[in-house]
Amino acid sequence: MDVRKTYKLFLNGEFVRSESGRAYRPDGSVNVPRGSRKDLRDAVRAARTAFPGWAARTAMNRGQILYRAAEMLDGRAAQFLELLGGGVRARRALDQSVEALVWYAGWTDKLPQITGTVNPVAGPYFNFTIPEPTGVVAIVAPEESPLLGLVRRLAPALCGGNVVIALAAESSPLAALTLAEVLATSDVPAGVVNIISGQRKELLPTLASHMDVNAIDVAGCNGNEVKAIEESAAGNIKRVIKLTQREQSPHLIAAFMEMKTVWHPIGV
Amino acid sequence: MAITKKQTAELAKQVFEYAPAPEAIDHIKIQPRYGLFIGGRMVDAHSKKRFPTINPATEKTLSEVAEADEVDVDRAVKAAGKAFDSWSHLSASRRARYLFRISRLIQERSRELAVVETMDGGKPIKESRDVDIPLSAAHFFYYAGWADKLEWAFPNRKPRPIGVAGQVIPWNFPLLMLAWKIAPALAAGNTVVLKPAETTPLSAMVFAEICMQAELPPGVVNIVTGAGKTGFLVVSHPHVKKVAFTGSTEVGKLIQRAIAGTGKRLTLELGGKAANIVFEDAPLDQAVEGIVNGIYFNQGHVCCAGSRLLVQESIAEPLLEKLKRRLSTLRLGDPLDKNTDIGAINSRAQLEKIQGLVESGVEEGAELYQPECVLPERGFWFPPSLFTNVSQSYRIAREEIFGPVLSVLTFRTPNEAVEKANNTPYGLSAGVWTDKGSRILWMAERLRAGVVWANTFNRFDPTSPFGGYKESGFGREGGVHGLLPYVELT
Amino acid sequence: MATALSLTHLGSLMRGVRSVDEVGADERAASLAKRSIKKSSKLWALDLAVRCMDLTTLEGADTPGKVAAMCAKAVRPKPGDRTIPSVAAVCVYPLRIADCVEHLRGSSVRIASVATAFPSGQSFTSIKVAETEEAVREGAQEIDMVIDRGAFLSGDYQRVYDEIVAVKEASGDAHLKVILETGELGNYDAVRRASILAMAAGADFIKTSTGKVQPAATLPVALVMMEAIRDFVRETGRPVGFKAAGGIRTAKQAISYLVVTYETLGPDWMTPDRLRLGASTLLNDVLMQIDKERTGAYQSGDYFTVD
Repeated sequence: MDVRKTYKLFLNGEFVRSESGRAYRPDGSVNVPRGSRKDLRDAVRAARTAFPGWAARTAMNRGQILYRAAEMLDGRAAQFLELLGGGVRARRALDQSVEALVWYAGWTDKLPQITGTVNPVAGPYFNFTIPEPTGVVAIVAPEESPLLGLVRRLAPALCGGNVVIALAAESSPLAALTLAEVLATSDVPAGVVNIISGQRKELLPTLASHMDVNAIDVAGCNGNEVKAIEESAAGNIKRVIKLTQREQSPHLIAAFMEMKTVWHPIGV
Repeated sequence: MAITKKQTAELAKQVFEYAPAPEAIDHIKIQPRYGLFIGGRMVDAHSKKRFPTINPATEKTLSEVAEADEVDVDRAVKAAGKAFDSWSHLSASRRARYLFRISRLIQERSRELAVVETMDGGKPIKESRDVDIPLSAAHFFYYAGWADKLEWAFPNRKPRPIGVAGQVIPWNFPLLMLAWKIAPALAAGNTVVLKPAETTPLSAMVFAEICMQAELPPGVVNIVTGAGKTGFLVVSHPHVKKVAFTGSTEVGKLIQRAIAGTGKRLTLELGGKAANIVFEDAPLDQAVEGIVNGIYFNQGHVCCAGSRLLVQESIAEPLLEKLKRRLSTLRLGDPLDKNTDIGAINSRAQLEKIQGLVESGVEEGAELYQPECVLPERGFWFPPSLFTNVSQSYRIAREEIFGPVLSVLTFRTPNEAVEKANNTPYGLSAGVWTDKGSRILWMAERLRAGVVWANTFNRFDPTSPFGGYKESGFGREGGVHGLLPYVELT
Repeated sequence: MATALSLTHLGSLMRGVRSVDEVGADERAASLAKRSIKKSSKLWALDLAVRCMDLTTLEGADTPGKVAAMCAKAVRPKPGDRTIPSVAAVCVYPLRIADCVEHLRGSSVRIASVATAFPSGQSFTSIKVAETEEAVREGAQEIDMVIDRGAFLSGDYQRVYDEIVAVKEASGDAHLKVILETGELGNYDAVRRASILAMAAGADFIKTSTGKVQPAATLPVALVMMEAIRDFVRETGRPVGFKAAGGIRTAKQAISYLVVTYETLGPDWMTPDRLRLGASTLLNDVLMQIDKERTGAYQSGDYFTVD
């Protein structure tokens, strides 16, 4: 007789049940926590607390942690293949997820060299522009791509030093919740990634209107959801990231970044 | 000459208040009325409505401009849409040449533009002459050069123009904001419909003439005047694919909401409440200049104004003494006078807003300092003002005043300075004054703001990206980063 | 009247002098230079420029005849026009003091002499003191001394300070202007430090340059020195004068210095007692500008005496 796993939310580095005590059964058998608005609130709080530390990590350190996540994910390949339903599609999704983590792991210490600039202003000033993480980022995993769709957004967001609240795919959340176990064993500091499962209808409005969320990625949302999110996002001028789901590029990392320009006089 | 030392000093005081040195305006022709710039020519508005634009220093009407209605905006957008096909397919080097030409024309007509800007907006002529107009020309010159080099700006990607850009700009830097909007949009192959601010439409009308002089293809640039309603018609027009707005955070939120779900691309450059942080080892005399430049430049009508002075407690007293002394040397008055430091407040509405916030500051318990200052009888004026005994919770320390009003707060340690500086929903700019290099970088790293001026303030350059964190907006204007909002990357 | 100062702490005091941001100072000076002065203001300013002028000749080839001519010009800058005031002083080498005494008798023009191994200052303190005493005895009412830049740049502030104190004492009732030779000091931080040092040692005026080194007076250097004066007055209550010298050739430049003085130190400094402009060729340009303002016509050098 096997020992079954209880699926939990990943919140502030811990695996917890929803504070609401609720669960739902997306595939008809396994109980999955049905995260609440308060779980989101706690997640944002944890993320905000974790943000300065994560952003201050050296780029190389963040790169190594992302690479570690790739190692851990690859090491659990069998488990994920099963969660993803097996077959060629699952295999490809897993491979590409590992690949995305490896790829972005190598970007942490290069992005500023690609997107940063030294600006030749007309005057005796040294002027440079560097990318900085925008802060707390919400990511909505696409229903049709519960692992790869999430990893492809999570990795670039983390790469730049952001902290993340990720909403697992409602209909197939197990891959995302298991990804939490990968992250938990990859030296990702507590609160840097928080993964919540539950009903989008209930959770999206909270995420979109939360005043301490700086950006929200809507690659996994449908048109009506995007409209509603954009309306709420205006409350605190959230960045709404709408690049295509398949986007894998430094521009996607940059989409989660702010450009900071610093001036200083040059004189003796 | 048997005059006493005291008399000499008195005389010096009178003389160095300087005799009026007004900029000549006889070479400026402002038309009694202006239409809309649509499809390459000035046309009458369908609305048949006009509104006056006044000189805020005299309250005299300068001209009457058209108020564009839905039909007018639709015409403008359609003209832009029609022009887009050919403009976006024009060889890039030709697009560049048009922009270079515009830049040159701005330089050639610089004095006229400076005077118009000052008369219509109230800003001192020395600022429109030395800052607004040269920077506007420089902005076109900079982006002109990008027009045929876009593929170098986005390695591995193919940049394509988006389509018709709808752009709405504020009244604090009318021509400069126009340049910030139009130059990168055109360089990337887009066409535009621009709405200038209600109180400062005139330099945009001169710019329309410049477009004609440059023989810019009809419809590439369209300018529709009007108030907020016209602006909303522009940004929400279904054929507008890209929206760029500079203005208040309040309106920015309305726009973000209004275009939700439409798929329009959006950039916002909104309000600010910047901290200007002075450490005890700062070069004090230059810091004083930076503080003055930070908040009294353009009457404080600057989104990145250093409206919160955070001064280390150990030097608060000498710094404030220097600052107050310096305030007393600021000259307020006729914006057309070359020696004027502080011009007119842009509008009655803005003046009332400033007055209201200053009153709230006094009521909440802050101490108001204003140098002796005679305000002209007509026009809208507010003396340079400074509040001490300000708590972080006061409205004057939290809300954007957009006027010549500085709130002074103190701090004890670098950490406290960062915490107070970042304690705001805004994040547009910040200033740091210290002699210690490592501290400058430490501060620059922690300040959540899009522009950090270290040992300087309020510097602008076309090559230097500008834009905010948090509720100060998103997207950057200037530099290679300023192209991104105007391209599709495939 | 050397100010009492704890000499042991001079070095640390100097290192503690607040720094100056070069770009910020340059920009402030440039913005002040853009002040536009017209009509009656301009005439008054030009008049003040004449009254604050130290008409100068400091050449190896100076002769009694040359100095006599300059003295005549100093007393009556424009022959036949009594509305033009005399300049504040003439400034000469010590050997020419006697000529000045002879030709300036009965006028308001004061006699200033450079001293202390001008312009390099590379000599013995005893000789500098002796030269100063001799100059005063000869009739100098103002002494323009140079600081020992070698000592200053090598960090021997004590030596610089002591020498100023000694020369000040040797000057007796004569006013002491201390020349910093800012063009040799390297940056504005050092200019500010030297200003504070000279004032603390008892300078009545601090002066930019000898005129023998490039760059000589510049507007931002003047600004930095005046800001130092302002802070010194705030600390001690003792007003110190400012003299710009070297490279001031046009009326427009002269007016810029007046503007910087007014906006930095205020109206109390707009007097020859506290402000001097040292120049050899400035006077005629000022006179031409005065006539231009009065008549509206641009002037020719042929109508102004070359002395």
